[in-house]
Amino acid sequence: MWADLYHFFTTYWLGQAIVILAECLLVTVPLLVAVAYMTYVDRKVWASIQLRRGPNVVGPFGLWQPFADGLKLLLKETIVPSSANQVLFLIAPMITFMTALIAWAVIPFGDGLVISDINVGILYLFAISSLGVYGIIVAGWASNSKYAFLGALRSAAQMVSYEVSIGFVLITVLLCVGSLNLTQVVIAQSGWFWNWFWLPLLPMFVIFFISALAETNRTPFDLPMSEAELVQGFQTEYSSMPFALFFLGEYANMILLSAMGSVLFLGGWMSPIPYPPFTWIPGLIWFCLKIALLLFVFSWTKGTLPRYRYDQLMRLGWKVFLPVSLGWVVITAAVLQLGGWVPKSF
Amino acid sequence: MLLQAIAFYVFAFVVMASAAMVVVSRNPVYSVLFLILAFFNAAALMLLIGAEFIAMILIIVYVGAVAVLFLFVVMMLDINVTRLREGFLKYLPVGALIGIVLFCEIMLGLGVFGSGTATLGELGKAAPQVVAITNTRAIGQVLYTQYFYLFQVAGLVLLVAMIGAIVLTLRRRPGVRRQRISEQLYRPKEQAITVVKVPTGGGVS
Repeated sequence: MWADLYHFFTTYWLGQAIVILAECLLVTVPLLVAVAYMTYVDRKVWASIQLRRGPNVVGPFGLWQPFADGLKLLLKETIVPSSANQVLFLIAPMITFMTALIAWAVIPFGDGLVISDINVGILYLFAISSLGVYGIIVAGWASNSKYAFLGALRSAAQMVSYEVSIGFVLITVLLCVGSLNLTQVVIAQSGWFWNWFWLPLLPMFVIFFISALAETNRTPFDLPMSEAELVQGFQTEYSSMPFALFFLGEYANMILLSAMGSVLFLGGWMSPIPYPPFTWIPGLIWFCLKIALLLFVFSWTKGTLPRYRYDQLMRLGWKVFLPVSLGWVVITAAVLQLGGWVPKSF
Repeated sequence: MLLQAIAFYVFAFVVMASAAMVVVSRNPVYSVLFLILAFFNAAALMLLIGAEFIAMILIIVYVGAVAVLFLFVVMMLDINVTRLREGFLKYLPVGALIGIVLFCEIMLGLGVFGSGTATLGELGKAAPQVVAITNTRAIGQVLYTQYFYLFQVAGLVLLVAMIGAIVLTLRRRPGVRRQRISEQLYRPKEQAITVVKVPTGGGVS
């Protein structure tokens, strides 16, 4: 009986389709719950930075607050401005939300726990993260509002600039790994926690994290929606579910970049000390803990830092991060070659 | 195999249709968005033949960078579409001629009429057997061993073009007050802040 079932799910296309669908749901549903609770954690962290309590009314410790917010957004009226381009106006939030979700297909949650273990995982992640800009720029244009358009232009320029340095960070990591497969990236970091790439590639880890802040439009790089000048940037004209999709997409992107950071620099599902009892804890839990750590730093920076001025942001991206990361690629390649540490698969 | 054939025809149809829409659509922003759709489906076609590296690079370079700049420019410019349409019939023969020439070149290169098989054979020799290794490494091996010098020259040409573009657009405006970040960062504490003991009700003068 079990053999029959196994046969059905591995050979027939219907069985395979069911398995793939189940895998997608297993990733997406916990991800959406994580997104909901990330908004809660965000607000709690800012609250404690500002010596406030944060959400504490709905449910115990305010734990039902995300669902109350979601329900409120669902029940509101969807307003499409009469001068907006209606089709693109509604497609834009979908683009943002979808690009934030489809990237999860290649993230390895554990040894072999990955929906699609492709050879070019890093490139896939980079390609998908470069698509996020379309949701924003289309939203800004379709809204037919000057605030939205200015916000979209700022965001597009910013995301394109910081993607360049993220690209170089990815190149250094894959120089040290010798493979574009994300599972291989994690396996290359096995051992004690100082073997993970965050220590040997510390400057690149810092650049990656700051660029991740810029990619997700978070403080100190939240100029695209800086409320003091641009109302709410490209989201100005959005309400109800389209707004919620933007919101969810943004938080999903944050979690995605934290997951990328954990896979590339914090050893993915590896335990920090490679001996029992630490190795008894499942890799999935270590991975989630690492993501949570990076997400906490996301909230922390938002509660702490003021906003950059736009020319300073561009200067940081092009005149500081680009030369530093480019130089670090050369240095890493030279050290690997001269020290004889070139990974074997080359 | 059937599924693959269906996928191929769907992707190919969408490439052709969206490429046509790039030319036909009235709104230039729609044109660029259809162009992006065409890039995407071309990448999907690459994936179908197993060229995953090319597919990803196509998305990263064309969709992630080039098309963003197109969209940027097209959204900022106030393009009068009806004036652009005026010369359509006048330029049609030239465009068609260029299209036919390019099409013939591709066909000859592919070895239709028995013309290009020799060259294809030569190219095939340079490529290592793709069966055993990933195509990222296959491309790397060909580019960095067989065609190393040509690859470097191509890089140099791009570098020169980039520097040229910067030099052409760089202009120094007099009388601009610039921010010198290093100077600001090196300013000592004594110049930046003063600690004042404020008496109650007295205020700071």
